[in-house]
Amino acid sequence: MALPHAPASAPLAPTDEGEGGVRIQLSDLRRTFPGGLTVLEGLELEVAAGSFVALLGPSGCGKSTLLRLVAGLDRPDGGTLTFSPPLERTRGERAPIAYVFQDAHLLPWRSVLDNAALPLELAGVPGPERRAAARAVLEQVGLGDATARYPAELSGGMRMRVSLARALVTRPRLLLLDEPFAALDELSRSRLDEQLRALWRELGMTVLFVTHSIAEATWLAERVVVLSRRPARVVLDRTLELPRERVATLRTEAAFARESRLLHEALERGEAL
Amino acid sequence: MSTASARQALAPLAALVILLSLWEGIVRALAIPTWLLPTPSAIATAAAREARPLLDAALTTGRSALVGFALSAGVGVFAAVVLSSSRLLERALYPYTLFLQTVPIVAIAPLLVLWFGPGARAVAVSSFIVSLFPVIANTLTGLRSVEPALRDLFRLYGARRLATLWKLELPAALPHLFTGLRIASGLAVIGAIVGEFVAGFSEGSAGLGILVLSAYRQLRTDLLFAAVLAASGLGLLLFGAVSLAGARTLRRWHPSASSGGNPT
Repeated sequence: MALPHAPASAPLAPTDEGEGGVRIQLSDLRRTFPGGLTVLEGLELEVAAGSFVALLGPSGCGKSTLLRLVAGLDRPDGGTLTFSPPLERTRGERAPIAYVFQDAHLLPWRSVLDNAALPLELAGVPGPERRAAARAVLEQVGLGDATARYPAELSGGMRMRVSLARALVTRPRLLLLDEPFAALDELSRSRLDEQLRALWRELGMTVLFVTHSIAEATWLAERVVVLSRRPARVVLDRTLELPRERVATLRTEAAFARESRLLHEALERGEAL
Repeated sequence: MSTASARQALAPLAALVILLSLWEGIVRALAIPTWLLPTPSAIATAAAREARPLLDAALTTGRSALVGFALSAGVGVFAAVVLSSSRLLERALYPYTLFLQTVPIVAIAPLLVLWFGPGARAVAVSSFIVSLFPVIANTLTGLRSVEPALRDLFRLYGARRLATLWKLELPAALPHLFTGLRIASGLAVIGAIVGEFVAGFSEGSAGLGILVLSAYRQLRTDLLFAAVLAASGLGLLLFGAVSLAGARTLRRWHPSASSGGNPT
């Protein structure tokens, strides 16, 4: 399918890794920070392979903690977290999990191309191969002609797209995004949402998208999990009744408003818990 | 040079001309003897007459200062990397690096003569000791300034310790590192001159510190002024070279470098 900002024929470099998403199962997950603040307690969640799930909840409810646990950047104090197929990997292999932060967090001393190639570089992929892969993925996010530029020379939206390209360059089986476009203006944000969804349709990885925006969650995801205030519990787990083909004008349709209202009500219930 | 930057250069230049004229006028009007306060023209004449010994002395001091600076750059960055590698190590050792900052170099210079013998080597070590601390302190700050999210990113991608140091921490520390080097460049010259006061007497060529001392003993105040000017010129030269190297290195990415990007 054609992307909004990229030529249609921009395939990623072929990889030797298994394609497709990974299934995640969280069971009785608990995380208490030193000092006694319990952020997660008894959380149960199952995410199907290749699905696009939005985690929606109030600020500070533990969404980001949950994402960090799934990424392996933090350890739970209790409960289990299983992936199938398992995501264990040895050194030198490409990372199966990618993480996109709230800010682009690029390395300012590297060109756009070298930023996008970083994950492959750290995995020991040889120069020409990793640069070709980075170039292909930058092409895909519509930055094919900005490869030689530096982060300081880019707009916020462009930087975020480099960040997305960096996440996708390893062909991850699980893509985690922590309110990635929250700092952008409305227009850049909806464009990036569209691009992200198109990339997901094309690549088929599992996506966990954390946001506090109802509209963004509704437009992007197949399924939305609404979390309560800290410690986070699942208030609503809903597979949206919206067409698989999402267009920009969906945001003004009745079905969209109906789903948004349901999410809104769930958020309010979660606040009151 | 654009007209704007020409105008910018004009103001300090005009101030200098006015200041020198005042100095010249007052000293002549009050008939102050040259040995007490020479006129700018007398200093210029002395500098021209003694150009050769001045240049030789500046070269000698410059060499010592350069060796001292290079040592403190290398040792300072290495020490900062070692200290940053463990919280325990930093807590245990960092307080003692403060000695470098507070050590009265004049007081320990005789020790340097004892250990290294009089001459260029002791002078270079004096320059090194004086200029080491700002390199360690600033590089350490830089290494510590890496954003936590970027550390997470490197962890997520399974980066080895050395790769994280080489591809993340050291580049991220570069702006701070260059700040430390700029400070160290000026201090290296000061350390060399002070070292020469105590340890500079040896066979062969004498540095600016020696020239200052001998001009003072002979009450050739005009030559003394010329030597002091040469010393500060030397410091400026080193400072300028380090600043230039820093600006070129950071040109593409750091907002402190002059030619910033053009966001679109």
